[in-house]
Amino acid sequence: MRVRVQAEAFDQGAEVSAFTTGATGAGAVVTFTGIVRPDGGLTGMEIEHYPGMTEKAITAILEQAVQRWSLVDGLVIHRHGRLAPGEPIMMVATAAPHRADAFAAAEFLMDYLKSRAPFWKKESRDGGETWVAAKDADEDALKRW
Amino acid sequence: MIDVLYFAWVRERIGLPRERVETGATTVAGLVEELRAREERYAAAFADTSALRVALDQELADFDAPLAGVREVAFFPPMTGG
Repeated sequence: MRVRVQAEAFDQGAEVSAFTTGATGAGAVVTFTGIVRPDGGLTGMEIEHYPGMTEKAITAILEQAVQRWSLVDGLVIHRHGRLAPGEPIMMVATAAPHRADAFAAAEFLMDYLKSRAPFWKKESRDGGETWVAAKDADEDALKRW
Repeated sequence: MIDVLYFAWVRERIGLPRERVETGATTVAGLVEELRAREERYAAAFADTSALRVALDQELADFDAPLAGVREVAFFPPMTGG
């Protein structure tokens, strides 16, 4: 299990390849990559986080996923700092003997990262900067688990 | 003394990322009351605590949680990760 919180960009292809190679015994690898959506005249995004708590919170979420599903391995990479539209923000990867567990665990990780990992997004547009408000739907999404 | 951290718009509204606070409060809610009474910028940041989340020593907590033994309190808006 690995958690990385970093300002630098990451190479999705290399990450998936390394993760898959290391996931001994897996029959399925599921990956998700979140990208800065280039909509509504967005010129950039700033992601603030809580150093220390961020790593702990994501590790706790990953540990929950491991307890619930039969996972061989799990990976979460999440960036902070300044990002441009189209840039990858984060990725999760899950490896399991069978795909159902890998898919479910990846969705669980995404739902929890949205509203339980201490990140805050600020969007820049020509008119200025605005903090992204949390959506009720993101909080509701946790109820299915 | 307790370290109090602010993130996102809470940090912007108060105008600093962290500070050391001498407090007699026994709960998070008590600390919020003390901070609110300080200055307008604190009152503005803590006007509606339903719009805020709190972490005690880097674990999410409730506003009625006790402060005994806590070293670090953080206030921030609902998180928007992923």
